[in-house]
Amino acid sequence: MSADGCGAPAGGVSVSAATGTQAVVEGRVVHAGAPVATGYARLLGTGDEFVAEVPLGDDGGFRFFAAPGSWTLRVLAPGGLRAERSVEADYGHVTKVDVSL
Amino acid sequence: MSRSDVLVDADWAEAHIGAPGVVIVEVDEDTSAYDKGHIPTAIKLDWKKDLQDPVRRDFVDKTGFEALLSERGIANDDTVLLYGGNNNWFAAYAYWYFRLYGHDKTLLLDGGRKKWELDSRELSTDVPDRPKTSYVAKDQDSSLRALRDEVIAAIGKRNLVDVRSPDEYTGRLLAPAHLPQEQAQRGGHIPTAKNVPWSKAANEDGTFRSDDELTQLYQSEAGLDFGKDTIAYCRIGERSAHTWFVLHELLDQPNVKNYDGSWTEYGSLVGVPIEIGDGR
Repeated sequence: MSADGCGAPAGGVSVSAATGTQAVVEGRVVHAGAPVATGYARLLGTGDEFVAEVPLGDDGGFRFFAAPGSWTLRVLAPGGLRAERSVEADYGHVTKVDVSL
Repeated sequence: MSRSDVLVDADWAEAHIGAPGVVIVEVDEDTSAYDKGHIPTAIKLDWKKDLQDPVRRDFVDKTGFEALLSERGIANDDTVLLYGGNNNWFAAYAYWYFRLYGHDKTLLLDGGRKKWELDSRELSTDVPDRPKTSYVAKDQDSSLRALRDEVIAAIGKRNLVDVRSPDEYTGRLLAPAHLPQEQAQRGGHIPTAKNVPWSKAANEDGTFRSDDELTQLYQSEAGLDFGKDTIAYCRIGERSAHTWFVLHELLDQPNVKNYDGSWTEYGSLVGVPIEIGDGR
């Protein structure tokens, strides 16, 4: 996946595509001990404003390239499963957020 | 056009799996999702490989579109039901594209792949083998597509709708936050453009909001003058195809164009005006 398009690949773009100047938010989603491979992670900004969404990867993984500041991560999965976490991002850091549904 | 003419729900799609004269098409930029499982009988279109010219930054031309649809087994009188990931961005783009080349019987699946998955509906890995057709396209309908000079001339005169996220609109981000942020272009937006992120037109499950909610959003909240012509843009034209679909197809606004050059073109032009910040 290149940055030529706008699509969100499952699990998010490989972190190797990023540089130290990125503010990365990434993690994995699990349910009953197993990765959630079908589901979506949404990044929300101030006032719950939608910013981005990726389908979860086969390992339940997701990754965003944010800007420094506070964000909300929301996870949706089949069966009405959902979760929400507050995250802080900063340039040069990979903020890890693991979510158990 | 009205909602019932252009938008169908997952129950309708499920009832028309394998129906004669209905071709279900999954469209995305990353077609690995299709390969892992798709709506039964669906074929795939790759937003980039199939729909973009491999050399110039433009669509495939009329001849190329005819060859593509003929090869995929889509006939002129088929009803084409489009759906995809990314909240139907690329499916909405393909819908706009099919309309540009005059395919009238085109539908969009409300909620796309996401709603289908969240509903736990059936996905198949079988790839259908459709017999080839001899598809004949119409000339491109220029009333649906804006090019850069028209966009520059529209500043302060027509409605310009920037459908990117507020952070992209203000110049804080140069791309959606699921992508790395290095881009050789300036941040900001076209002066006088209103920021109505595409996501405000969609529910969390990817379905479109009601017509009343959408009218409220664009007319009352964003202050769009429905008496004026409108141009929608984003970064490369697929999110704005989603908004074009809302304004032109669901809300039946007559003169709405999608500027598919969008910010990757405008934000790289020399000498054009750019506004940064919240634009208010």
